[in-house]
Amino acid sequence: MNTQTNVVQESALESQPVAPAVMSATRPFFWSVRRELWENRSIYVAPTVVAGVILLGYLIALIHVPRHILEMAAHHKDMPHLTFQDPYNIASGFIMGTALIVAVFYCLDALYGERRDRSILFWKSLPVSDLTAVLSKACIPLLVLPLVTMAITVATHWFMFLLNSAALIARGQSVAALWSRLPLFQMDLQLLYHLFTMHVLWWAPIYAWLLLVSAWARRATFLWAFVPPLAISILEKIVFGTSQFSSLLNYRFSGDAAVNSATAGEFPFDPNMTHLTPGKFLSIPGLWVGLLVAAAFLAATVQLRRYRDPM
Amino acid sequence: MATVIEAHGLRKAYGTTVAVDGIDLRVDEGRILGLIGPNGAGKTTALNAILGLTPHHGELRVLGRDPWKERDQLMRDVCFVADVAVLPRWMRVSQVLDFVRGVHPRFDRAKAESFLAKTAIKRASRVRELSKGMVMQLHLALLMAIDARLLVLDEPTLGLDILYRKQFYDSLLNDYFDRSRTIVVTTHLVEEVQHVLTDLMFINHGRVVLNCTMEEFESRYSEVTVNPDQLAAARLLKPIHERQVFGRSNLLFDGVDRGKLSALGEVRTPSIADLFVAVMGDEKPETAQGAVR
Repeated sequence: MNTQTNVVQESALESQPVAPAVMSATRPFFWSVRRELWENRSIYVAPTVVAGVILLGYLIALIHVPRHILEMAAHHKDMPHLTFQDPYNIASGFIMGTALIVAVFYCLDALYGERRDRSILFWKSLPVSDLTAVLSKACIPLLVLPLVTMAITVATHWFMFLLNSAALIARGQSVAALWSRLPLFQMDLQLLYHLFTMHVLWWAPIYAWLLLVSAWARRATFLWAFVPPLAISILEKIVFGTSQFSSLLNYRFSGDAAVNSATAGEFPFDPNMTHLTPGKFLSIPGLWVGLLVAAAFLAATVQLRRYRDPM
Repeated sequence: MATVIEAHGLRKAYGTTVAVDGIDLRVDEGRILGLIGPNGAGKTTALNAILGLTPHHGELRVLGRDPWKERDQLMRDVCFVADVAVLPRWMRVSQVLDFVRGVHPRFDRAKAESFLAKTAIKRASRVRELSKGMVMQLHLALLMAIDARLLVLDEPTLGLDILYRKQFYDSLLNDYFDRSRTIVVTTHLVEEVQHVLTDLMFINHGRVVLNCTMEEFESRYSEVTVNPDQLAAARLLKPIHERQVFGRSNLLFDGVDRGKLSALGEVRTPSIADLFVAVMGDEKPETAQGAVR
């Protein structure tokens, strides 16, 4: 055992001078993110299960769908994309929706659960700063979940494409129309764009707010997250007769109308992707205001994690 | 000798409740300090300040750092066990080891593994599946494998049966402690730490009531089972506490010469528990005064 220990110590000593600063900065962060995935397996399990259900449903639909509809889909000239794309868009919509629900519940529990079960005392007994801990948690809805959504959706789309082709071949029909007209690659590129503009950048302040509430509330995080904004809207309506606050919230939830056509599943679909306007998106003041608010919420969350006692 | 913890006028209030009311504390390297006090005396609050878990007033340096501002840096050299209930219940044993290894530069996984090999703990078990004693063993494996300079234990053996409690302190003394490490421990079970400690501190109402080394404790305090006919004479020597055991009087003296006391009856060193009762038990101001240094 002694030799083993020496080996470990030696290798640690050897590896340390290579990149000591980088080690200390990124290693705790990396492991903190991994630990979040260990604790919250729903981050990848839930979208995978939903994708499985969609594929099963699609398979059953392909078996049961009458022959003439498939033929129509293959030869209909008026709305070719719609007919082909519809199931694909429904699939990505469901997977995205699942990821959003997972993100909301994850955020609300992220800093509340560790105080409730007092495990925060264990986390704080390790050399991981509150900043690292909070950033690793924020990184789940802002980076991990979008990537998981993307990967699962792409895989689902390809499975659907294979099933679709197999169904056509099994009925002795040509797959040419499907293969030439379904813009699978563009659809997934558009999904990626949508995820990182809307779900990450535009909604960042929403996740940051949920994390803030979970670091602050002593109970009922869900109510604390949603009731105060609702109450402010109602009060404003009653007292001033205006609805500035609720339209602000609505703007945040639904996105900027000027660039909203970039949302996945919008029609008409342009395979050349001219409707994606990152320049326009980046020039919306609301985007940058939102990101500033998100940063402020996260900074407050870090301080709350420092100050709050376990419950 | 290096000073590990230094506090002057350490103070912490929650609203209007003062939990720690001006504690002066100095712990040198290689000492094992026992913080003893009744519930709500401020022990845990003082420890939380030392660990950087709570903001405080007054001067406080731990290993030369301000714990509140540099907790994450400090935790490379400090190991902390609150009680057995704080290990995350969802975590697998192997994940606990992986994670600590990932974030702690002074964690030696091989050491932790060799300690765990002596227990019945399975790597794939989740913490919630382990018994309380096993969770303690897992915690012990972690702190054995972390090359820390200061170990802080807050009621480490709470709720454990006597075998695990004994194993805990035996492992701590035999396998962990050496003169370059320092331990601060709070506990209610004072009997089991009496022979472990090098220093003793009583805290009550957020203040230090008694602070001495164990050598001082042994030379300063004596307990005498006084023969009934000499009770009046013994009382003239101003015992700080008197109790009846099987109809005989046990008197506790502070700073009275043992030669003088041996004439009165059987003299011995009191247990910390007896002194604790004497100092805290009956909250008479004059008896408490007697123990203040």
